[in-house]
Amino acid sequence: MELNELTIKEAAEKLAKGEITSIELTKACLARIKETDKKIKACLTVCEREALAEAKEADRLRAKGERGDLLGIPYIAKDNILTKGVKTTAASKILENYIAPFDATIIKKLKEAGAVLLAKSNLDEFAHGASTENSAFGPTHNPWDLSRVPGGSSGGSAAAVAADMCLFALGTDTGGSIRCPASFCGVVGLKPTYGRASRFGLIAMTSSTDVPGPITKTVADAAIVLATIAGHDKNDATTPEAEVPAYGKSLGKSLKGLKIGRPEEYFGQGVEKGVRQTIEKAIAKLEELGAEIVPIRLPHTKYGVPVYYIITPSEVSSNLARFDGIRYGFSSEQVKDLKDVYVKSRGKGFGPEAKRRIMLGTYVLSAGYYDAYYLQAQKVRTKIKEELDYELEKLDAIITPTQPSPAFKIGENSDDPLKMYLEDIFQEGASLAGLPAISVPCGFSSGLPVGLQLIGKRFDEEMIFRIASAYEKMAGWQIKPEI
Amino acid sequence: MKLSKEEIKHIADLARLELTEAELKKYGSQLSEVLTYIDQLKEVDTIDIEPTAQITGLENALREDVKEDWDKREVEEALSQAPNLEDGQIKVKRVLDNN
Repeated sequence: MELNELTIKEAAEKLAKGEITSIELTKACLARIKETDKKIKACLTVCEREALAEAKEADRLRAKGERGDLLGIPYIAKDNILTKGVKTTAASKILENYIAPFDATIIKKLKEAGAVLLAKSNLDEFAHGASTENSAFGPTHNPWDLSRVPGGSSGGSAAAVAADMCLFALGTDTGGSIRCPASFCGVVGLKPTYGRASRFGLIAMTSSTDVPGPITKTVADAAIVLATIAGHDKNDATTPEAEVPAYGKSLGKSLKGLKIGRPEEYFGQGVEKGVRQTIEKAIAKLEELGAEIVPIRLPHTKYGVPVYYIITPSEVSSNLARFDGIRYGFSSEQVKDLKDVYVKSRGKGFGPEAKRRIMLGTYVLSAGYYDAYYLQAQKVRTKIKEELDYELEKLDAIITPTQPSPAFKIGENSDDPLKMYLEDIFQEGASLAGLPAISVPCGFSSGLPVGLQLIGKRFDEEMIFRIASAYEKMAGWQIKPEI
Repeated sequence: MKLSKEEIKHIADLARLELTEAELKKYGSQLSEVLTYIDQLKEVDTIDIEPTAQITGLENALREDVKEDWDKREVEEALSQAPNLEDGQIKVKRVLDNN
């Protein structure tokens, strides 16, 4: 086994025993990136020099007696997360050469824990999309089938983990952007509770649902990363002071007596047959493990996508107003006055999906339409939240397919924005309600990975870790893609 | 909900986006399609339902508004990203035309 194939847990044990060094681990990952990324195109920037320096420092600290689960562990961050001194582009022309003067809080925390940043990963421009095809720098390819998308928007991060370019990656999830690619690439992806991990230093998309989270090879690894990145941040007023529990403590505990809801609306029309069969088998496994499966109804599920595509473009149109060609980023030179700088820099700098969302948001927020669209969407959001909270009150988690079908072909949906938006259908509920949700590999449909989604109670990531880990252990999906 | 070309132009102007003719046409039909789809929200009964903006129930997270100094290099790094600098300040085009 190559070192880059290790999980965080395995690598941490080997590092602790002195069997390997962070330098060796980091070099193995960098070699794997060199070997496979020509085909997969998961990375936008590889920071080899910085990574080797960080690895050396981690080894030095360990020699001095420092310890930690992430000390010396190499990872990749989605390129909409600010990294001081290393380019952050959001996969947009408008930020093509942008170098942030500070680190995002989660990057800072990982740095303090001694993790080693290897590279910045591809995404749909400004995280707008479900396929990573909206990147201004070209699509990422799915390691399981290079002609298919890796999902999105954190497609580069998920593909990198699936291809063993790193031990873990960071993504961001606004309406499925961690879970969708995790499912398409056959890896674990956690969207934490809204506010559980700081958004400070994330390039804002939809401030009311954005949350960063880990993409990993195992559930236990996701718990390790969350334990490091979670917590209150004075720079993000939406992170509560709530204590960060010792995530992963309940892994291995029996599922006996746990109640898992199975919402009818997530198993109906539109779910591909292979996906449905795979999920049904996983549900049977959970029953064998002692969990009770409870049929539930979530009738407002179908409104998740329309609510999301009002709230998201509205927040996008204001969050992307800051990219104006004045202080940083692309600035058009053929201009006569100030407004001309704005319209030309933005017109040339943004790609098609960013423009569509900015315009959609501008329209639904414009005078005369606010009540009909934005206010109504926020009210329906309340109904979606109440419905999920009501059911979760009696349950420990909810189980659904992560995506209605496996990864689609590159180019298949790219000129049909509405069809692409419908890819998010099973993910909007947890996002709009701010609930934690995890996607775990649960088998294959026509040779492509399928993910199951577990949605938990607010701030109860531990319960979905416990269920997901028990399933993962029993099912034992340990198959790797041939690249 | 069908948007006319004039409406698309107006929205693009409000959003400070310069669009080509081809873009105006393409986004016009795509946005109309999306608006038709999201129109289904009108059928949901939301009488007496409060809108949700903050999902975890936090309210008014207050803190002291304290100035944090950056070191000289950080300031330089941040400013160096601007396309046009003069005496440590970002220079912009005039707002109004001379005429």
